[in-house]
Amino acid sequence: MAREAMEYDVVIVGAGPAGLTTAIKLKQLDPNLNVCILEKGSEVGAHILSGNVFETKALDELLPNWKSEGAPVKTKVSKEKFLFLGKNSSLSWPTWLLPSVQKNHNNYIVSLANLCRWLAEQAEKLGVEIFPGFPASEVLYHEDGSIKGVATLDMGLDKEGNKKDTYQEGMELHAKVTVFSEGCRGHLGKQLIKKFNLDDGKDPQQYGIGLKEIWEVSEQQHQEGLVMHTAGWPLDSKTYGGSFIYHAENRQIYLGYVIGLDYQNPYLSPFDEFQRFKTHPSIRKMFEGGKRISFGARALIEGGIQSLPKMFMPGALLIGCDAGTLNMPKIKGSHTAMKSGIVAAESIIENIKNKADLSIYEKKFKESWAYKELFTARNVKPSFSWGLILGIIFTGIDQILFRGRMPFTLKHKHADHEALKPASQMPKIEYPKPDGKLTFDKTSSVYLTGTNHAENQPVHLRLKDPHLPINYTLKEYDEPAQRYCPVGVYEIQKEKFVINSQNCIHCKTCDIKEPSQNITWVAPEGGGGPKYGNM
Amino acid sequence: MKILVAVKRVIDYNVQIRVKDDGSGVHTDNVKMSTNPPDDNAVEESVKLKESGKVKEIVAISIGEDKAQESIRKALAVGADKGIHVKADSYIEPLGIAKILKKIVEKEKPDMVFLGKQAIDDDCNQTGQMLAAMLSWPQATFSSKVNLKDKSVEIVREIDEGLETIEVNLPAVVSCDLRLNEPRFASLPNIMKAKKKPMEQLNAKDLGLDLTNRIQQIKVEEPPKRKAGIKVANVAELVSKLKNEAKVL
Repeated sequence: MAREAMEYDVVIVGAGPAGLTTAIKLKQLDPNLNVCILEKGSEVGAHILSGNVFETKALDELLPNWKSEGAPVKTKVSKEKFLFLGKNSSLSWPTWLLPSVQKNHNNYIVSLANLCRWLAEQAEKLGVEIFPGFPASEVLYHEDGSIKGVATLDMGLDKEGNKKDTYQEGMELHAKVTVFSEGCRGHLGKQLIKKFNLDDGKDPQQYGIGLKEIWEVSEQQHQEGLVMHTAGWPLDSKTYGGSFIYHAENRQIYLGYVIGLDYQNPYLSPFDEFQRFKTHPSIRKMFEGGKRISFGARALIEGGIQSLPKMFMPGALLIGCDAGTLNMPKIKGSHTAMKSGIVAAESIIENIKNKADLSIYEKKFKESWAYKELFTARNVKPSFSWGLILGIIFTGIDQILFRGRMPFTLKHKHADHEALKPASQMPKIEYPKPDGKLTFDKTSSVYLTGTNHAENQPVHLRLKDPHLPINYTLKEYDEPAQRYCPVGVYEIQKEKFVINSQNCIHCKTCDIKEPSQNITWVAPEGGGGPKYGNM
Repeated sequence: MKILVAVKRVIDYNVQIRVKDDGSGVHTDNVKMSTNPPDDNAVEESVKLKESGKVKEIVAISIGEDKAQESIRKALAVGADKGIHVKADSYIEPLGIAKILKKIVEKEKPDMVFLGKQAIDDDCNQTGQMLAAMLSWPQATFSSKVNLKDKSVEIVREIDEGLETIEVNLPAVVSCDLRLNEPRFASLPNIMKAKKKPMEQLNAKDLGLDLTNRIQQIKVEEPPKRKAGIKVANVAELVSKLKNEAKVL
């Protein structure tokens, strides 16, 4: 029997900054279009996690009156610092020596989750239908192979896939154009990139994992508007990464750590590096006596234009970080994601009204300021594969002297999952025990994310070969899933590989970093996953 | 037959509650809110009774700020027919809520009022009982099984001694336990249809009731942190610690 279907002009998958922007722009251009957004989180914002120092360029274009309309974009950056950390030392880097892409004085410290909630309100006012708690789980095709829409997940299945009393069949949503805006490593976007060979001739995509905590500190420790970044300790010079420390409103500090997922040592644990980072004498004093109130993690795109796939296919577009529009040296992706959403909406209108081919989307995006920005940023991340020092020297020359216009483009040579070296060749890392005040374990951290998945549902972290973790990955790499997962979903217990999928915070790191690409992340039952507040 | 089912919007049960620094309450800004879980069970049971043909109409009511309408819409999306939102911008105690519900009952004339056994935010477990007393209706609380008959309703209650089965005459107030059923998911088309179902809007202030709170909240605090345990070498040490340190012997 055919599933029930609903017809729309445009169906958008994912209510992040890119998807919401597309929806708003579409309705601004043509209020009569039927537009809906599917969102896997229990509400808009529940799965949004970002630094975030926000550049308003795209928001200015989309909703010029955002200030008077009450957008939660309020804390202007007032001061900037950059520190190089040694084990016990720190060296403050003069801000005038920072490349202009890392200067933030016109930007705002925001909670992207709150900004998305506000964008969702604006979209709903314009008549966009948003359905939180409904993950798109399947791409639907016309007979000619073009994309027809998506289907939502069947709900109410038990672990073995049998129907429970609450079973409800998924629905089909058909659209003239389907827009995929799932964010970094979207599980449908990944399938589409493969099926339509969208990454042909591109470098392998590069990813990072970003971990974030929100702290409430004393007035003395707080300086609203301060933006600080660090590089160096505790990472070795071969590992790409660094921290961000943003002083937001209400005595809160957004503290985070980003590590490139091209790291080599299978013993490295991004979560524990982040915890250890806080024990540095220059950092510790910023948080001592304060209270950690939120925790979360999410993978992010680092590949830039070398890895940016083709962004269109018959009947559908890839936008934001589902394609990969983040600007790595700027450490920002919200503004470029939103710009890709604006361009996508303009292209869809031309497609629906004038039958223009969807390829105009990529053409227009390449003419936009967002792409120009990504172009000048392109050589920074690959230069760090030579190590921290050479990376910094090269970036200085490339970004300050040449402003990103050097006559060549460096390549990303390997996919992140190929970067791990066998455990036997790498040193073990002993991480200090958490003290429960400044540093924490994974259990107490996942508790803060509000994560839950309905019990007795099919495991949404699928193994292609269920024996591989024990038979190969454990022997060769000491099963790094135990460490790269920031919330301890994967454990080895008595020679058994255990998947605690209930704890999954949808960061997608396992899907990226598993050395044999044996783990596939698929959408769990709607509403599952973290319930982030103002991340 | 007609059912009035009461739903309350509370902080989602998965969210870690944060107490405000000044002890005046808990943080609710940007916190995920949901319908009180046992209220979902009450809605589900009402819908089941409607599906079985025993009930004709379900009216869902919520009392609270504008966003309480989300809980009503959710009830409408799984099968309630009409919503009533009684707007109240500040906290109202169970007594006040019971008074408002009584007023609505007098107007709507349901045969049964269904509600959750308690709300997970204040855990009062009082509203249903107070409402029954004020209406002079029978009450059946903590129901984990409901068998609706023509003029009465048979209820199974989970109590300390085991299962208790009682039968009360209609009209009655019935409060639900989490074990009563497993609430269904709202489907997309039904969520859309729910947006078009009628929702009456009233203001608590206009009902002519004395809703003054009787209880003064002095302070909200986090429960004390549990101290780490220790390992003892032998029974003698255990006894000595229980006696001299814990002072429980």
